[in-house]
Amino acid sequence: MTISRRALIGTAAAATALPLAARAQSPTIRIGVLTDLSGPYQDIAGVVSGHATRQAVEEFASKGFNVEVLVADHQNKSDVGVAVSRQWIDRDGVDVIIDLANSAVSLAVSGVCKEKNKVCIATGAATSDLTGKACNPNTIHWVYDTYMLARSTGGAMAKAGGDTWFFITADYAFGHALTRDVSGFVTAAGGKVLGDVRTPFPGTTDFSSFLLQAQASKAKVVGLSNAGADTINSIKQAREFGITQKLGGLLVFLSDVHSLGLDVCQGLVLSESFYWDLNDRTRAFSERLKPKAPTKRPTMVQAGNYASILHYLKVANAMGAAEAKKDGAATVARMKATPTEDDCFGAGSIRADGRKIHPCYLFEVKKPAESKGPWDYYKLLATTPAEEAFRPLKDGGCAMVNA
Amino acid sequence: MPRFMMFGFSRPQLIAFLVMVALVAVAPFVLYPVFLMKVLCFALFACAFNLLIGYVGLLSFGHAAYFGMGGYVAGYAAKAWGFTPELAIIAGTLAGGVLGAAFGWLAIRRQGIYFAMITLALGQMAYFFCLQAPFTGGEDGIQQIPRGNLFGMISLKSDLAMYAVVAVVFLFGFLLVHRIVHSPFGQILKAIRENEPRATSLGYRTDSYKLVAFIISCALAGLAGGTKSLVFGIATLTDVHNAMSGEVVLMTLLGGLGTIFGPVMGALIATAMENYLAQAGAWVTVIQGVIFVACVLAFRKGVIGVLAERLKIQL
Repeated sequence: MTISRRALIGTAAAATALPLAARAQSPTIRIGVLTDLSGPYQDIAGVVSGHATRQAVEEFASKGFNVEVLVADHQNKSDVGVAVSRQWIDRDGVDVIIDLANSAVSLAVSGVCKEKNKVCIATGAATSDLTGKACNPNTIHWVYDTYMLARSTGGAMAKAGGDTWFFITADYAFGHALTRDVSGFVTAAGGKVLGDVRTPFPGTTDFSSFLLQAQASKAKVVGLSNAGADTINSIKQAREFGITQKLGGLLVFLSDVHSLGLDVCQGLVLSESFYWDLNDRTRAFSERLKPKAPTKRPTMVQAGNYASILHYLKVANAMGAAEAKKDGAATVARMKATPTEDDCFGAGSIRADGRKIHPCYLFEVKKPAESKGPWDYYKLLATTPAEEAFRPLKDGGCAMVNA
Repeated sequence: MPRFMMFGFSRPQLIAFLVMVALVAVAPFVLYPVFLMKVLCFALFACAFNLLIGYVGLLSFGHAAYFGMGGYVAGYAAKAWGFTPELAIIAGTLAGGVLGAAFGWLAIRRQGIYFAMITLALGQMAYFFCLQAPFTGGEDGIQQIPRGNLFGMISLKSDLAMYAVVAVVFLFGFLLVHRIVHSPFGQILKAIRENEPRATSLGYRTDSYKLVAFIISCALAGLAGGTKSLVFGIATLTDVHNAMSGEVVLMTLLGGLGTIFGPVMGALIATAMENYLAQAGAWVTVIQGVIFVACVLAFRKGVIGVLAERLKIQL
């Protein structure tokens, strides 16, 4: 086989001309779900995030405008996230970017949305900076943040009797911040912190020596200030070492409990702002979502996608689709002014700094004997009311609040 | 033997180069500029890496360190110190070069697999440094880096203006690598690649040559990283992670080791996959794997390597 130079040039020219034909001009609202489809957050957010978003679009009986949902994988790389977002906004006319499971990606995309005056709704990101020093008028942070998790797991648990703590902290900024925040809430609630051990990050797979220190401390609660694989490994190994103290997971989701199994996770205490079996409305939502994801139950991030898009579409409808497309900041301002109401989080509101406010729940993972089947995992220990669950408005350092 | 013309280009290379320049000039009006800028940054990074592996025969497994550090330093300089973009990029280049001088000085004392392992270990050290150092912002990275005004005058806010800068930086780096390879210095590098003891016996201090080549390669990697951080407005751990070191090896292999245009083609393929497969859902990694396997089976010498062989020219 020989390839002539002319044929090569011809093919190259044809290939580069293709995307031109794909440009569309219709006045449709487009929602981009930028999530993790192939990495560590694919069960927390992932494909079901797209389904939950579509569910909101289907339930919202719109008059006068169409809604389109696009899904892409940021591969946990900020530059891929930024490239996809810019392309979505510049080329495909996307108006809202949602999900953003991964804090670094969420901060980067939030900046892009501000620059382009679009709407950014972070549901999968943990960093409380999004409504703190990195806040902007185009961003809403929906489901949870590190402050909420620390407040509920630390404060509510100390009140419920877990008043002495020992921390296993991943040795980087995120881990340090979690330990610092939780310690604050534990002491404020009258508890005591007995110690803290730092584990090298990333790459620690053997937590035995750290767990033994935790055991020797005789603290009632062992706090896991880590995430992802570190959390999973420490929970598993704590079980193998027969550690009888309560484990306090600070960044554990329903899907993690599902993949670890109740046998390993039983007794683990954690915080979430949504659980599918919480009340009749959450159960109804989960049933409606079932045809799209028959083997799964939604996590709080996926529920957040549903709820936030429902709210966005209501607001967009009220102010007119064309207006909503034109000015992202104005749309977000209107979303803040409008109270939220949905099956997943109930009635709530969005604060001036972009923080969505709702109650937070402290759960304990059931023993295998107590569970009725797959996904029946949590029992409710305590509820932190919406006003107390999140960082007070003035403490965040968000420039928009003082202005 | 091809007759060498100006700048060390053979005739087919000159034509290919002009075609490439034309494509670089026309592409932003057809394809999405941000994507193209990413391709060009990675192409420059791969060219820098290729200088080392393709022409000196040194396999560095820690090149992400220089790329990422260039990005961090350029980003920090632009954001915290208010450097103009060209100064920020130069700062990034210097950061890559200085880090390369330190790491290279240690690493070139060993050959083959030991060299690769030392660069890998040093690269990991750079990663942990970036994870812990306060100025890098840990796992959140440096965010909202301003593109600023070129020479304090021309705003780079528009993608096309930024693209022009990136294109110039890339072509400068590309020509520099080409010039180095085809200089007397480059000939000695190739001699070292072919047979190091013989080069020593001819009276060359091979260690010094290798070190200089290593530093140039690292500085160019820093240049690419610095430019990329300005394009995207972010500098994150992705760029210093050892997966990035692996990615640049793959780009170079895909395009064609030791060819001038190979790394550019490899960067284009790898970045296009990452970009366009982002919409393909959970299959990204699987599809990437299949394409890599297919390339390795069908194009042993890389896309450009095989093409050059078929057309019986040097590219």
